[in-house]
Amino acid sequence: MSRVRVLVGTRKGAFVLTSDGERQRWDVSGPHFGGWEIYHVAGSPADPARLYASQSSGWFGQLIQRSDDGGATWQPVGNEFTYDGVPGTHQWYDGTPHPWEFARVWHLEPSLTDPDTVYAGVEDAALFRTVDGGHSWQELSGLRDHESGSCWQPGAGGMCLHTIVQHPTDAGRIFVAISAAGVFRTDDAGKTWCPANHGLRSEQIPDPTAEVGHCVHRLAMHPSQPETLFMQKHWDVMRSDDSGESWQEISGDLPTDFGFVIDVHAHEPDTIYVIPIASDSEHYPPEGKLRVYRSRTGGHQWEALTSGLPQHDCYVNVLRDAMAVDSLDPCGVYFGTTGGQVYGSADAGNTWTPIVRDLPSVLSVEVQMLP
Amino acid sequence: MIRVVLPAHLRTLAHLDGEVALHVAGVVTQRSILDALEARYPMLRGTIRDHATQQRRAFVRFFACEQDLSHEAPDAPLPSAVATGVEPYLVVGAMAGG
Repeated sequence: MSRVRVLVGTRKGAFVLTSDGERQRWDVSGPHFGGWEIYHVAGSPADPARLYASQSSGWFGQLIQRSDDGGATWQPVGNEFTYDGVPGTHQWYDGTPHPWEFARVWHLEPSLTDPDTVYAGVEDAALFRTVDGGHSWQELSGLRDHESGSCWQPGAGGMCLHTIVQHPTDAGRIFVAISAAGVFRTDDAGKTWCPANHGLRSEQIPDPTAEVGHCVHRLAMHPSQPETLFMQKHWDVMRSDDSGESWQEISGDLPTDFGFVIDVHAHEPDTIYVIPIASDSEHYPPEGKLRVYRSRTGGHQWEALTSGLPQHDCYVNVLRDAMAVDSLDPCGVYFGTTGGQVYGSADAGNTWTPIVRDLPSVLSVEVQMLP
Repeated sequence: MIRVVLPAHLRTLAHLDGEVALHVAGVVTQRSILDALEARYPMLRGTIRDHATQQRRAFVRFFACEQDLSHEAPDAPLPSAVATGVEPYLVVGAMAGG
């Protein structure tokens, strides 16, 4: 039976949780890189032993760590993220031009087929790629060079490229999401990009239906249905069935449509999960009840999943990169909280158990399947 | 030999237990020490100074002989006590955070 490895990034280090296919007993290792912010740890789909971690600190900047043995040992690789050419400016919070400045790597997305190729989404928003296992990084500057780039503005958490979704069979097609610019799609492996935000509505910007400027929090895709994308936006849960050409709201009967995470069941492409958060200023669950909501209809109709989750006095948040699914049957679902809990469900969300309770604030959760 | 003391996180990164002893040719300056340090421990590149500008990272400080050298010119000669190894050159993570 396959084993499961859950990769957890936190404010003060990385943790690796492993279990057999039953997912009842877990081994916890860490902290790796204790004291450093680990925005993201990701494994290569092409080689589960190959891991990459984004390690950063306000004192010492950005590092990228690579493991070739499933996290037992790590080696720092290249950490130079230099914008291509003259970086120019984007808009600052007050609307004035602000030079593009690298702050950190938010998200690492290893290639589906090559362990040495990894995409990195960074703040200030840009997309980088390595093809040599992390030793050197080159910007795919066609994204930032889009005519709208000089108008992009940061969200409250900074102007970050936080989501990278690769088409499962068309290597040229990639989606990225930027806070607060929106979704962009390339069909030529990153040379050129087009906004993919038609149908989004954001009352927080001057033109609520503008082509660019939306605060998209997260995208998700099921590999068997790659023309369909799901989105958790600043407010609104959205769906596109035409590869981002247009979006429709599917918030339906959710108690609130604000939130950060969204993910898709491994075997049911129309079963999706979100964790509603009270509002953009109240970053905690409504009524102090931590509830995962599942839709088995691709949106609109949602059911609250509460078994095993705290249903009173719970005021944690679940950040955008902190939910993942495994591909066992039944599908496992995992998420981490700003309170340091990592919850897992081995039955597609029907029941939940805390795998660990007292980690540092969780920034990201990823899952790997092991032979 | 020049003695360099690194903060704990950078010692861990460079797999060091204690001070670093460096041979620095020519005039001993902050730049020449950091160049020699990064040449021996490439994993430290970008953690003390910016890759491109070579500017000190904002929350890193340089001390020696009970003086804050953080704002001194990087090519200014360091005190002879540092150049002769009597006193260490300290790379310090600034006090920050709650």
